[in-house]
Amino acid sequence: MSQTLVEIKHLVKGYTRGEQLVPVLHDITLDIARGDFVALMGPSGSGKSTLLNLIAGIDKPDSGILRIDGQDIAELSESDLADWRASNIGFIFQFYNLMPVLTAFENVELPLQLTNLSKSERRQRVTMTLALVGLADRMEHYPNELSGGQQQRVAIARAIVTDPTILVCDEPTGDLDKQSASDVLGMLKRLNEEMGKTIIMVTHDAHAAEAAKRIVHLEKGELLGEPVAG
Amino acid sequence: MKIPFNYIFRNLWTRKLTTLLTAGGMALVAFVFAAVLMLDAGLNRTMVGTGSVDNVVFIRKGAETEIQSGITRDQAALVESQPQVARGADGNAMASKESLVLISLTKTGQDKGSNIVTRGVSPMAQVLRPQVKIVQGRMFQPGSSEIVVGKNIHEEFDGVAIGQKLRFAQREWLVVGTFDAGKSAFDSEVWGDVEQLMQAFRRVNYSSVIVKMTSVDSFDALVKAVQDDIRIALDGKRERLFYEDQSRALSTFISFLGIFLSVIFSVGAMIGAAITMYSSVAMRTGEIGTLRALGFRQPSILVAFLIESLLLGLVGGIAGLACAAFLQSITISTMNFQSFSQLAFSFLLTFKIVLQTLLFSVVMGFVGGFLPAVKAARMKIVDSLRAA
Amino acid sequence: MFYFKLIFKNVFRAKLRSSLTIIGLVIAIVAFGLLQTVVDAWFAGSNAASASRLVARNSISLVFPMPVYYRERIRAVPGVKSVTLLNWFGGVYKEPRNFFPQFAVDHENFFDLYPEFIMPADQLSAFKRDRQGAAVGRKLADEFGWKIGDTIPIRGTIFSGTWTFTLRAIFDAKDETTVTRQMYFHWDYINEWLKQKFPRRMEQIGTFVIEVDDPSRTADISKAIDAQFRNSLAETLTETEKSFQLGFISQMEQIILTIRIVSFVVIFIIMAVVANTMAMTARERLTEYATLKALGFGPGFVAALIFGEALMLSLIGGGLGVLLTFPLAKVVGVIASAVFAVFKVSQATVLMQLACALAVGFIAALVPSWRSARIKIVDGLRHVG
Repeated sequence: MSQTLVEIKHLVKGYTRGEQLVPVLHDITLDIARGDFVALMGPSGSGKSTLLNLIAGIDKPDSGILRIDGQDIAELSESDLADWRASNIGFIFQFYNLMPVLTAFENVELPLQLTNLSKSERRQRVTMTLALVGLADRMEHYPNELSGGQQQRVAIARAIVTDPTILVCDEPTGDLDKQSASDVLGMLKRLNEEMGKTIIMVTHDAHAAEAAKRIVHLEKGELLGEPVAG
Repeated sequence: MKIPFNYIFRNLWTRKLTTLLTAGGMALVAFVFAAVLMLDAGLNRTMVGTGSVDNVVFIRKGAETEIQSGITRDQAALVESQPQVARGADGNAMASKESLVLISLTKTGQDKGSNIVTRGVSPMAQVLRPQVKIVQGRMFQPGSSEIVVGKNIHEEFDGVAIGQKLRFAQREWLVVGTFDAGKSAFDSEVWGDVEQLMQAFRRVNYSSVIVKMTSVDSFDALVKAVQDDIRIALDGKRERLFYEDQSRALSTFISFLGIFLSVIFSVGAMIGAAITMYSSVAMRTGEIGTLRALGFRQPSILVAFLIESLLLGLVGGIAGLACAAFLQSITISTMNFQSFSQLAFSFLLTFKIVLQTLLFSVVMGFVGGFLPAVKAARMKIVDSLRAA
Repeated sequence: MFYFKLIFKNVFRAKLRSSLTIIGLVIAIVAFGLLQTVVDAWFAGSNAASASRLVARNSISLVFPMPVYYRERIRAVPGVKSVTLLNWFGGVYKEPRNFFPQFAVDHENFFDLYPEFIMPADQLSAFKRDRQGAAVGRKLADEFGWKIGDTIPIRGTIFSGTWTFTLRAIFDAKDETTVTRQMYFHWDYINEWLKQKFPRRMEQIGTFVIEVDDPSRTADISKAIDAQFRNSLAETLTETEKSFQLGFISQMEQIILTIRIVSFVVIFIIMAVVANTMAMTARERLTEYATLKALGFGPGFVAALIFGEALMLSLIGGGLGVLLTFPLAKVVGVIASAVFAVFKVSQATVLMQLACALAVGFIAALVPSWRSARIKIVDGLRHVG
């Protein structure tokens, strides 16, 4: 198992808005090691979310190399990419993105529906994961019955229940109060340090970025500073 | 299908008003669809129940209905004498020579008369038609001016209760009984003694001769024998087919109307379903993006939304069928174009109709929800997440 | 003006949804209009009936004839101007689905009693002169491409055998509501045949058509005619022509009622669809409505917005539906000409269509506008769609 988990070389991405081509990322080269906790920072419009989306496999680069754990994901078809995401990526969004009609338990169970696990195996994993984030007693509650912080913890549980290679977080504390934010960041740190999860986090909050092991700055689609590994 | 069923079902449950309205519209369409099929099935049952497979109806060549036909006594005797006609225990032919007229009776609540078939029958008539049973009073005495009326006549018309008299052809006719003809066309008829009725109307000819065959397969031989004999010149038809043909125009009319209505209504319901599903997709853009990000594939999304609209259709279909089932207690009494007389039939719910209606409803849900489901599946993940 | 502009823009904001709703409305309004026209078409014959004509038939039912010699006695009744003969023939032209009415009439005076049929004088004389002559209506002649002089074979059912008639006259109608899809020929021709083949059936007629001099006295004259034949072998029932026509229709009453009911079911279905549309629209715009209220617009304004939108959708859909009904009615009229001789969309139907469209819009807006008007500003602003 190589130490470099994410290998990015000369990545370029732009969007078409009507007639215009808007360039977002210009020639990004970056390595991320296994077990790293990287914070992507930059002003709005810097392209940090775009970079995160590409690494997570929910968008495709225009050109460049994007290899994750040896797999060139730019080459994958839409359905293969879906399968790849299911096994390799865990998502944590700013607005939690839980299914409002499913209970906390069912929300966490959702990614496991894509596996071959039996119902009892799924139940075991979900219960364990929810206990890990401290919400074992709230399993049957619906999102609208939980506070913001609790919802984000459910989201974290959902993100880790499949034991993914990378945790991808887009402004995970953006909608939380100070205490909840602190709890969430602490949880992420533990996942990284105690369970060796590789975490890539986009944030504009310098305080949140302190939880990470290293910070990468983006401005106007370009990396600032050296692409240092580990 | 990986997306849990709970998710699909609960989304319908959450937006109750919208779900209710959409499924309600589909229920109405399913109701109309089932009702028309049931009406046609009821009409068919009445006509089929009217005829027996081993009876043959003879009328004059060229006539289409018994009313238009005239058969002389000689002709009738010749038909009766054919070897293919079954004989009773006493050696008499199992045949009924009948004379049909239309008389005008008034329905309760109306002020205008309706044409009612009044059938003069021979003593063998009830034997040939075992589905006819006297349920009130008694059968008329042969040779008298007594008459019996069918169930529908008894229920819908004035002046035909037992003990009352009808006045026509310068005579008074006493109602002595009511008969139940098992939901066949005879329920809409008045029966009397053929010789008495013919005398009163100064007729010498019968309208029709109904015979029971020795065996069901004797039909061809019997008809050929009758047609070969030039003295006879009559047409013979199996009784069941004879009555089915008599209602063909009415049946076609009902089917036509029904198809026209169902098509139009279903388009309305499908539009309703499409509007609902498009809105559903729009409201859950963020969820769709999340599901895709988690690894659920596009076909799964498509199927999930399709199932949602199929469910709407199914719920509507079941509700519509349940309401349509109640129609079975209603009897429709209207003029059959071809026989120019009143015919009563009711709605009949068959297993086939249940299946057809449910299928129709599900298809409505499918067609209505298809394009919205495609839209949901084809969304770009990043766009959906951004819009959330 | 601002109000209408706002409504108009809002209606076309969600183009797909508004278009679908309008299409649904159009279909429903057209279906409603066509069904009502079907009911009207059935009554068309009775509407065109003359006020000064009576029809006499055997009182038992139309199936029984009366002796032709009754004619003189009817003519002698005070108030009777003239009497003609009319007998249903019921034949088949080539195939049963080519159905059209055929009547055997008194060729001498029939058309005198029916001034609504007009034809050139020479055609009328030719018809009168030729015992085997036939006069057909313009619509019928056009449908089968018949021309004066053509031979028309009819297979008899009541009067069995194949009959051949020569087309001598084609008549037009004075106005649109009069039917011109029928055929008339000489009763004498039929009667002669009966004398030969079925003497027992000769000299008998199905109906007498009677013209009276004073239309206000039709009830009295009818009674007087029937009094003539009471206690005879063939008692008569005399009534106005309109009443006679309605007699047929009333026998189909239940079917007609069913069609009327069904036409309103259509409206209920579309009402559900439009109500659904408005409910969804209102829910999506909760924030906007809250904002308006925060800005100072009252709850009445918000309700008026929703009503305005619903009514505009309904009027557009209803209006288009009304316009589309006319050409479609023409098509149906052609296809179903054997069943409906006249198939015209009446003014009353159009008014009903518009009324239904407005009702749909109004009712659909009720619940959503009530809910939206009541929204608390803070709840609306906080609501994340």
